[in-house]
Amino acid sequence: MTQTVTSTIRFGAAEDPFEAMFDRGWSDGLPLVPPTPERVQQMLAGTSRSPDEVVATVAPDLVECTVEKVAVNAVMAGCRPEYLPVVLAAVEAACTDEFNIHGVLATTMSVGPIIIVNGPIRKRIGMNSGSNALGQGNRANMTIGRALALVIRNVGGGRPGEVDQSTLGSPSKLSFCFAEDEEGSPWESLAQERGFSADASTVTLFAGEGPRVIVDQLSRKPESLAKSLAACLMTTGHPKMALAFDTILVVSPEHAARYRDAGWSKQQLREELQKNLMVDVGRLPETAIGITTSDKAEVKQLPKFRKDGLIIVHAGGTAGLFSSAICGWASGPSGSQHITREIES
Amino acid sequence: MTLEVLDPTGGEAPAMRQPLPRSSSLEGKTVGLLDISKPRGDVFLDRVEEQLNSQGVSTLRFTKPTFTKPAPVDLRQEIASQCDAVIEALAD
Repeated sequence: MTQTVTSTIRFGAAEDPFEAMFDRGWSDGLPLVPPTPERVQQMLAGTSRSPDEVVATVAPDLVECTVEKVAVNAVMAGCRPEYLPVVLAAVEAACTDEFNIHGVLATTMSVGPIIIVNGPIRKRIGMNSGSNALGQGNRANMTIGRALALVIRNVGGGRPGEVDQSTLGSPSKLSFCFAEDEEGSPWESLAQERGFSADASTVTLFAGEGPRVIVDQLSRKPESLAKSLAACLMTTGHPKMALAFDTILVVSPEHAARYRDAGWSKQQLREELQKNLMVDVGRLPETAIGITTSDKAEVKQLPKFRKDGLIIVHAGGTAGLFSSAICGWASGPSGSQHITREIES
Repeated sequence: MTLEVLDPTGGEAPAMRQPLPRSSSLEGKTVGLLDISKPRGDVFLDRVEEQLNSQGVSTLRFTKPTFTKPAPVDLRQEIASQCDAVIEALAD
């Protein structure tokens, strides 16, 4: 057995390993796979990076985290070795000052680190971007998000009831990872929009809640559907709030077909949505983030979302006239910025 | 038969510091008022400052750049070096 960087722990002879891991506080509430030296070695075969390489400094305890330590938590989460590069990229992205995982974890709001995967690795590791893309049933989708959350918990020391003070919590704090359906999309992918080539595999991290369905089974024209989408997006956070929370709009294939048929680009859809997403400032409470009383006198309307605050991706099954909105947290440099990182193979 | 596993934790127990003993009196002391940049935190601290000043207690005002991140080290050191006590305002 190769020498490990991380220290080992031997459970007592009378201990059930699964119970022992709960007892030591390593679990998010679900059973864990015991990170035996053999399993961790197999996990490390998923990357060419050195086990002792420091990946990130993990909040809230600001502990340096090695590739091997990520591998240990990936084993516990149930990952296969080929998922490890995605987990490593997600940990790196989460632990940047821009993403601000400390704030995402500590806030009283109901948000967790959401991972969107783009590029060839989606197919290589068997991720789901189709039917039930935001749900259960796919090992890669479920365990990659969980592995990131376990690194924050176990390496960073971020546990609910301690630094994590979320009022209601969210399933996105447990695991929320999905792939974009690039092949079926009428548009360029999220990664391509952000300057990456189609050959590059990336993770995009977004601090967000759980998904909320948007129903429109009647619209046959792109403008009509855009009005529906905008009306539902207007309620993210609070209908009176402007420029507060970024949002992901997950457009499903049947809704996307409206735009494919009409020849609309993603930018055209975004502009149409933004046109329908202006908030009357007169209706704003004075306490709305970023809005002061003096602003109210000068501006009649404000956009619901910042310039880069509405992410549009394509995913879901081919039947169903639904899309989904995933509302974010305090947006931009004063909160959390969504960021995209390339995945190292 | 026992099972050996690798430690998934940071392996460090973060230092736990005891808070300083509470002042029995604020006479002659300086109290820092830290606004964490939440809406209307200033309203709350203005009132606290008014009350403290009326009792002859000196105050100094500080502001975190954003409520979403820990206070920068420089700010923490500035408060610690200039104040005997600190009141941190949340608000909303």
